Amino acid sequence: MLEAHDITLGYRPGVSVLRGVSLQLAAGEWLGLSGASGSGKSTLGRALAGHHTLRSGSLQLDGAPLPRHGLHPVQWLPQVPELAVNPRWRIGRILAEAWTPDAALRQRFGIGDDWLERYPHELSGGELQRVAVLRSLAPGVRYLIADEISSMLDAITQAELWQTLAEVAEQRDLGVLVIGHDRALLKRLCQRRLWLENGQLCAEA
Amino acid sequence: MLEIDHLALDFLRYRGLWQREAVPCLRDVSLSLVRGEVHAVVGASGAGKSLMAQAIIGLLPGNARLRGELRLDGAPLDAPRQAALRGKRLALIPQSLAALDPLVRSHRQVTWAAQRAGVSAPRAAAERALTEVGMVGDSARRYPHQLSGGMARRVLLAMATAGEADWLIADEPSVGLDPAHRDGVLDQLRRLADAGKGVLLITHDLRHALSVADRVTVFHAGTTLETAPADAFQGRGKALASGYARALWRALPDNDFARPPVHEVAPLA
Repeated sequence: MLEAHDITLGYRPGVSVLRGVSLQLAAGEWLGLSGASGSGKSTLGRALAGHHTLRSGSLQLDGAPLPRHGLHPVQWLPQVPELAVNPRWRIGRILAEAWTPDAALRQRFGIGDDWLERYPHELSGGELQRVAVLRSLAPGVRYLIADEISSMLDAITQAELWQTLAEVAEQRDLGVLVIGHDRALLKRLCQRRLWLENGQLCAEA
Repeated sequence: MLEIDHLALDFLRYRGLWQREAVPCLRDVSLSLVRGEVHAVVGASGAGKSLMAQAIIGLLPGNARLRGELRLDGAPLDAPRQAALRGKRLALIPQSLAALDPLVRSHRQVTWAAQRAGVSAPRAAAERALTEVGMVGDSARRYPHQLSGGMARRVLLAMATAGEADWLIADEPSVGLDPAHRDGVLDQLRRLADAGKGVLLITHDLRHALSVADRVTVFHAGTTLETAPADAFQGRGKALASGYARALWRALPDNDFARPPVHEVAPLA
């Protein structure tokens, strides 16, 4: 269980983006998160993945604080995969930074052997997004924060990506927080959906 | 009418030091855009949609080799004509926000665009275009780095409309916008078409393209598979001619959300 207790954080002094947010994400659960742009969805996602220092409140994984070193068990996937990769590294090295997925899993994500020799700019956005998702599935990762990861994909690529991810998540009992604007998509994927407004969470019917 | 007739495009690149090879990117692209319509072009990323936009406007990189024909109102749209019409009668809303000049305030960039297009009162035209996209007062005076992605996209739209072009090529104009602004941009494209302009809407977002488009051309692997009226996308997609178009329609989350059988998405035999 990944738990956020009453977390508050902001970027500028005196201004809080998140104000007393608490949520729980169980292993194997799919939770949806929406909200207007600028409402703090990505900030919350990154906070859960340990990218931010909290002003107050705490994050816990199975009742214990999150580790400060090594591979973080909560991985954040940004909307723009270019942000997540080193442009000077080949795809093979980018993947190997986290782990070495076997050929069968690479195949399921549609990542061909010849891609490993390419640079990020030689892949399309959707192709690079699949690389970023596969990299985040290293052993030891327990929760994924998928921040608008399919909003620039066509419908078929989107459906393929989520189905592959759902299969792997089920095998490994991963919990997934899906951040997005697409109501139909969140309804499909998530058992529970939350709405973020003015830095506070409410449940969505 | 803007016509694209069996357009094909290769990129030449060096293989090793001496050998050159041609990498095909567009294989067979045909469509026609008429005044008064929003014509959506949908397909996977990497299918060549943006290259088609650059080919229409004449802004392909130097190592591109083009075959086939482009025509505007019956006459060939060749490089000199593209250069003469670009930014005047023919406008591109580029996909990349890097198209904005980082050192110039947004309202000045829009005024320049109007000037280049030869509008008689560029300042007023820019003001109008910015108001139309909801960029008023202080926000129109910001530098590009002070704008959110959505605002920057709306500035690009204002630049394309300030010159009152007859033909608009909008390359992913709504990507990264929240639902309210996305609908605002799409509605504006619809109004431009209703005012007699021809709008080519390049997007991967079939669901929302359908809400404003009259016709939809489906793109796959550098080939236009079919052009269908927007209302052919309903139910099980029986009215669609190509398997890929049907698969694209059915893969939407509010339809089947299904990974299609491989044979349905395989490139043309």
